[in-house]
Amino acid sequence: MKSAVIVFPASNCDRDAKVALEEMTGKTPAMVWHQGSELPDVDLVVLPGGFSYGDYLRCGAMASQSNVMREVKRHADKGGKVLGICNGFQVLTESHLLPGALMRNAALKFVCKPVGLEVSETQSAFTRKYENGQRVTFPVAHGEGSYFADDETLDRLEGENRVAFRYAKGENPNGSARDIAGILSEKRNVLGLMPHPERVVDKVLGGTDGRALFQSLIENLT
Amino acid sequence: MTKITPEMVREHGLSDAEYARILELMGREPSFVELGIFSVMWSEHCSYKSTRAHLKKLPTKAPWVIQGPGENAGVIDIGDGDACIFKMESHNHPSFIEPYQGAATGVGGIMRDVFTMGARPIAMMNALRFGEPSHPKTRHLVSGVVSGIGGYGNCMGVPTVGGEVNFHKSYNGNILVNAMCVGLARQDKIFLSAAKGAGNPVVYIGSKTGRDGIHGATMASAEFDDASEEKRPTVQVGDPFTEKLLLEACLELMATDAIIAIQDMGAAGLTSSSAEMGDKGGSGIELDLDKVPQREINMTAYEMMLSESQERMLAVLKPGREAQAEAIFKKWELDFAVIGITTDTSRLVVKHKGAVVADMPITALSDEAPVYERPYTERAPLTGEPVFDKKKNVLESLKTILASPDMASRRWVWEQYDHTVMADTVQVPGGDAAVVRVHGTQKALAITTDVSPRYCRPDPFEGGKQAVAEAWRNLTAVGATPLAVTDNLNYGNPQKPEIMWEIVAGIDGIGAACRALDFPVIGGNCSLYNETNGEGILPTPAIGGVGLMKDVSKMATVAFKRSGDVIILIGETKGHLGQSIYLREIEGKEEGTAPKVDLGLEKKHGDFVRGLIEAGRVDTVHDLSDGGLLVAIAEMAMPRGIGANIGIAGLPDDIPFWFGEDQARYCLAAPFAEAEKIVEE
Repeated sequence: MKSAVIVFPASNCDRDAKVALEEMTGKTPAMVWHQGSELPDVDLVVLPGGFSYGDYLRCGAMASQSNVMREVKRHADKGGKVLGICNGFQVLTESHLLPGALMRNAALKFVCKPVGLEVSETQSAFTRKYENGQRVTFPVAHGEGSYFADDETLDRLEGENRVAFRYAKGENPNGSARDIAGILSEKRNVLGLMPHPERVVDKVLGGTDGRALFQSLIENLT
Repeated sequence: MTKITPEMVREHGLSDAEYARILELMGREPSFVELGIFSVMWSEHCSYKSTRAHLKKLPTKAPWVIQGPGENAGVIDIGDGDACIFKMESHNHPSFIEPYQGAATGVGGIMRDVFTMGARPIAMMNALRFGEPSHPKTRHLVSGVVSGIGGYGNCMGVPTVGGEVNFHKSYNGNILVNAMCVGLARQDKIFLSAAKGAGNPVVYIGSKTGRDGIHGATMASAEFDDASEEKRPTVQVGDPFTEKLLLEACLELMATDAIIAIQDMGAAGLTSSSAEMGDKGGSGIELDLDKVPQREINMTAYEMMLSESQERMLAVLKPGREAQAEAIFKKWELDFAVIGITTDTSRLVVKHKGAVVADMPITALSDEAPVYERPYTERAPLTGEPVFDKKKNVLESLKTILASPDMASRRWVWEQYDHTVMADTVQVPGGDAAVVRVHGTQKALAITTDVSPRYCRPDPFEGGKQAVAEAWRNLTAVGATPLAVTDNLNYGNPQKPEIMWEIVAGIDGIGAACRALDFPVIGGNCSLYNETNGEGILPTPAIGGVGLMKDVSKMATVAFKRSGDVIILIGETKGHLGQSIYLREIEGKEEGTAPKVDLGLEKKHGDFVRGLIEAGRVDTVHDLSDGGLLVAIAEMAMPRGIGANIGIAGLPDDIPFWFGEDQARYCLAAPFAEAEKIVEE
């Protein structure tokens, strides 16, 4: 599986994504600068966490207008896989690659802690190595992660089984609608989620629940 | 030219004697710009004029110390060609006036101190002290400071891995915000600030210069009164986005060999960075202010020289490398300008609009800055044993203590800090020390900040010793070998003899402990004049300690892990209740003497405990400090909900035994067979 990590100014989980991909795939991903107008030939594009463009204006809003995002959209249109984590998820909704929006946490505070999640959809390239309904723990670290969409969109997401991860009962850290932590695109080739799977691939750091997400991709793409 | 009047001299915080000295050094009346430059460079904040003579007594050397005090941060050898670079610094006065920006720019400033030396910051810590929870300002200050620290550190993508949050009425009008940054570099890629050689380009990088923060260093060197909030315009405004770009751009430039010297523009901005670089390199510097990137129009030379706009650096490049450097800063969309040149005159020359607005010998700003041996008098010692109600129920008292503002869980604070970004945080906040893996290795750094101000008021010497000993103990308790410290000395007005005594005795205490524990001081910061309306804070010499763990898999934590483990207490318990948390929270008294620290016992017990952890024999260790034995056991029990049966024959209600704060103690838990062997040893 060949992968690329997009680097926006003030992305800050780009190294974490790179290290996790190296650990899981044995290959170093291409690091692509935001001004780049070409993507290398890859199977997976990762939009990492961070504060792209300082989160000024709105989280992800400026990144969605960058040169490289035109290429990422093209990649997604062709069915290429895109994984957006945290700020990456925000960029995906701002780019309309995923529906809805991420609003300020209900408690109006940044929150960083391990959170219990439920894998609610395993029929995807990102989640097939999990059991349906499996309980996993990923850390969250965000100030603006409250997922919002109108009821019609939420119904549709649920009806089409596109909610990949939900916060487990009582664990919703940000007030997200219907406990949604991560969603798939219509063609199921784009996943955006607020929790950080790349921070839980190494046992020393207290958990390995994120490994199955990368293993799912590897199995699907190689 | 502006005529300098006595009023202007006073407004610049200079005494008559200091001004007379300036006249002598200059051989003429200074220009207004020169007066401003003297005022910041000779301020307490920049010159350390009250403490310099005493700081010299601190031990600063060890075989593993690569760079001691005097640079932007200290550097230690952590093996395999790796270096750890760290420092702690205060941003007390600005944070009281404008908590969010004050704390945020404190974080930004200390990060620049570390990355200007070539290190990538890998962990942030902080030591915060606020007034009483019931004080009307406290809630606003806590929430502003915590979100400011988080707002800046989270955006930078550097984990904030721990610290201290305490409350006491002496901080009602003067909070303390001390931030510590730890970074990693290769030993052969460390950058210093000595601008050696003449004819080299001086370049300005980062954000544009505005009118913010003018005279911040002078403000930080004066007492507060009720009108202090009018000083809000002297607080700088932080932009972590630009700082993140500056970090990446600097590290990219540092990967080349274009840099001769580099220094961040912190307190006193362009003035101190240029003067210090020239001073250390033994060269002169000539600046052309027309070339300085400016955010506002019609800025005067005075404003530009004294601005404390954030996210700026000054560097001296090898001649001919400007284009290479400029390309890197263009890529990161940062300002870059050649604003001057190094000379062989040892003078700082500043030009603006075709005129020379300052021309002064650099040594007048550094070596010739005043040094004071201020008089000090010892306060009468507190005597007498504290009186307490011997009938109080021990478990009820424990509950009260665990729920008190100083002892309750700080989870609500550190959950607002991203503490796991960079994917190397092995021990998150809440333990004895934070542990961060050295990226790509099995090694890890342990980091802690400590001080018990309530001990420092009655006995500044023992309090200084205790702060160092507790830091050393906390690093030991996770299994690390303590290597070095940075100190952040927060005190009141040094011109009051009793406060000066607190400072001198505190430094002596720190020195004694650092010597005995082989734990040198490699950098730090003094924050004096922490007073409002004449009331000083508790003396608060915060100690930031760093230790090294060779194998992170052996790390110990405080949490009980198995039912059936035997709890072992290392160290002698005499039941010292003076100045204890128990006395304060249960009896409402701040009385008695501070506990004495026996540094020989500290070393003996600590080395023993560390040996057990390194040998893989124990994985559950907690140092005994605030609240004593019973609080420590409760803190070990709570994380995983594993209880403890600790009935001790003959001592069921012995309050001093359970809550005394004797030093040099640890609590361990180990399976029975192992525990038996440990007890025998």
